[in-house]
Amino acid sequence: MAFLKLTNVSKGYGLGARRASVLRGINLSIVEGEFVAIVGYSGAGKTTLMSLIAGLQRPDEGRITLRGDEVKEPSPERAIVFQNYSLLPWLSVYENIALAVDEVFADWPASKRREHAEKYIAMVNLTPARDKKPRELSGGMRQRVSVARALAMDPKILLLDEPLSALDAITRASLQDEIGRIWSEARKTVVLITNDVDEGILLADRIIPLSAGPGATLGPEVRVEIERPRDRTALNHDPRFKKIRSEIIGYLLGPGGKPKVSSTRHLVLPDIEPEHLNRPPSLFAGHRPRRKGEERHETVELP
Amino acid sequence: MGALIKTCENVGLNWAVPFLRLARRENPNEQIRQILLNIGVPILAILIFLGGWSWVAANVKVSFGSLPGPVAVWVQAKTLWAGHLAERTKEAEFYKRQAVRKKEFLAQNPDGTWEERKFAGSPTYIDQIFTSLKTVFTGFLIAALIAVPLGILCGLSKAFNLAMNPFIQVFKPVSPLAWLPIVMIMVTALYKPKEPMFEKSFITSAFTVALCSLWPALINTSLGVASIDNDYLNIARVLKLGWWKKVRKIVIPSALPLIFTGLRLSLGVGWMVLIAAEMLAQNPGLGKFVWDMFQNGSSETLAQIMVAVFTIGFIGFALDRLMMVLQRAVSFDGATVR
Repeated sequence: MAFLKLTNVSKGYGLGARRASVLRGINLSIVEGEFVAIVGYSGAGKTTLMSLIAGLQRPDEGRITLRGDEVKEPSPERAIVFQNYSLLPWLSVYENIALAVDEVFADWPASKRREHAEKYIAMVNLTPARDKKPRELSGGMRQRVSVARALAMDPKILLLDEPLSALDAITRASLQDEIGRIWSEARKTVVLITNDVDEGILLADRIIPLSAGPGATLGPEVRVEIERPRDRTALNHDPRFKKIRSEIIGYLLGPGGKPKVSSTRHLVLPDIEPEHLNRPPSLFAGHRPRRKGEERHETVELP
Repeated sequence: MGALIKTCENVGLNWAVPFLRLARRENPNEQIRQILLNIGVPILAILIFLGGWSWVAANVKVSFGSLPGPVAVWVQAKTLWAGHLAERTKEAEFYKRQAVRKKEFLAQNPDGTWEERKFAGSPTYIDQIFTSLKTVFTGFLIAALIAVPLGILCGLSKAFNLAMNPFIQVFKPVSPLAWLPIVMIMVTALYKPKEPMFEKSFITSAFTVALCSLWPALINTSLGVASIDNDYLNIARVLKLGWWKKVRKIVIPSALPLIFTGLRLSLGVGWMVLIAAEMLAQNPGLGKFVWDMFQNGSSETLAQIMVAVFTIGFIGFALDRLMMVLQRAVSFDGATVR
């Protein structure tokens, strides 16, 4: 029986003629304990898909259900690890995790909550950095804190939104191994979103390509029937690995997955307006400092 | 030593750093160059200023003689300090005499009640400085207690912000001189305790300061709250934090650096406004001192006004530094605050 189920989900932004469809007709069904990777182009709508599953946004059409209950709002049972870590910079590693633990397990005694938080810090090998602030940590360490925080909520499903794409290749490889290890220990249902096909094959039971936007949709899934634990060096020579890889890449580069010939792009110009902290800006000017060119749209020809 | 250097840098005593490094024999040539640059240049500028001032003082005639120069002002500063010490001695002697008389009185009539008298001397210059500081901090505290919560609400709710916006825009530029009569009348109407804890003039000045120093803190707080990283708010949503908990655990900490920027600006405005408020409200502080000395209209009193100008300047500078240290202490992103 399906654990997480997306039925005909669509999402777009804007209204009327300016409306840009991001996702359309997404159908996905995941069983409990499964590790699913969704692979796609940058900007294809992967993060939007993740926000929908997390409940941070609602789909325009279609239904998302977890164990038959419709997903209507965010909840700790669908813990999400963001691409940019999203740690609170004024809290230490322990405090960041404790904030989540204290909230989710509010009925536990304090000592049990503390033990629980410490356990997950140890799980990601960060006990020596327990009292450090996020800015004192490297990118890889920050992401491990973020993973520990998500796991410490004891979620029904763990959502990883390009968790490793901001890291350098070596850190990335070691964190991939770590995620693989943690998954085999904790046996959570995981949805991983990535732009790295190899990463998907290394970690997942199933890989699903997401075609390029606008109106991105899921392509044909590929099962990864390679026994675990998977060794990255051996994997490179495995004919099954090569076959899966070429299937996914073939789809993404083929007519179904390829970006459309022309597309409306959201261009963001570099921020050239200095922000004065000491100058109280006009309250008429809106809520946050506006960036120049924030709203520029342009139609570009793609090869 | 290293820790001392760091502390100096943190509290803005950057000029002291080369001396400490020199004491440590750390690249002496560079340190001496730094000292000449960082201390020599300001001292030269001050000397030029004093020279110019002396020249103007010697050449400008005013109604009551000549304008006081730096030396006359320095003499008056010493006079004011001596006056303060003399007044304190008088006060100590008064209480001593009173204690002696009380003893005699009780010895003569053991059943009688002795009525304690308070020393009725006039406030000295130093007393006036402390009155001013007390007033400005009271006003600032009132402003902070109003501005920070309102700012947080403005930042969190667009509707609330739109509701507050007209008031902020219109009242922000109003001068303390315009507020003061209104505050005075309100205080007279509403403040009628049997045993007044505070002088009316004190309350009037403090509220005027509060009304004028409210705005920078309010605006910066609302900006700080409105520009919270969406990711932090997403964490609050995923964890299903309640409204109050979200404000306490996420909104306030992340807006704290900007809240303190606002408070620092507010205290600066408050100190500036205070002098005007005290002048009009006749609160016994530096403002009243300046006004009284102006009424006296002699060369000495003009020199004393100049002493007050420098005092006001130095205290304002010290208050700003104090707030800067606090501001640095709460900034979590490691950015340097100037």
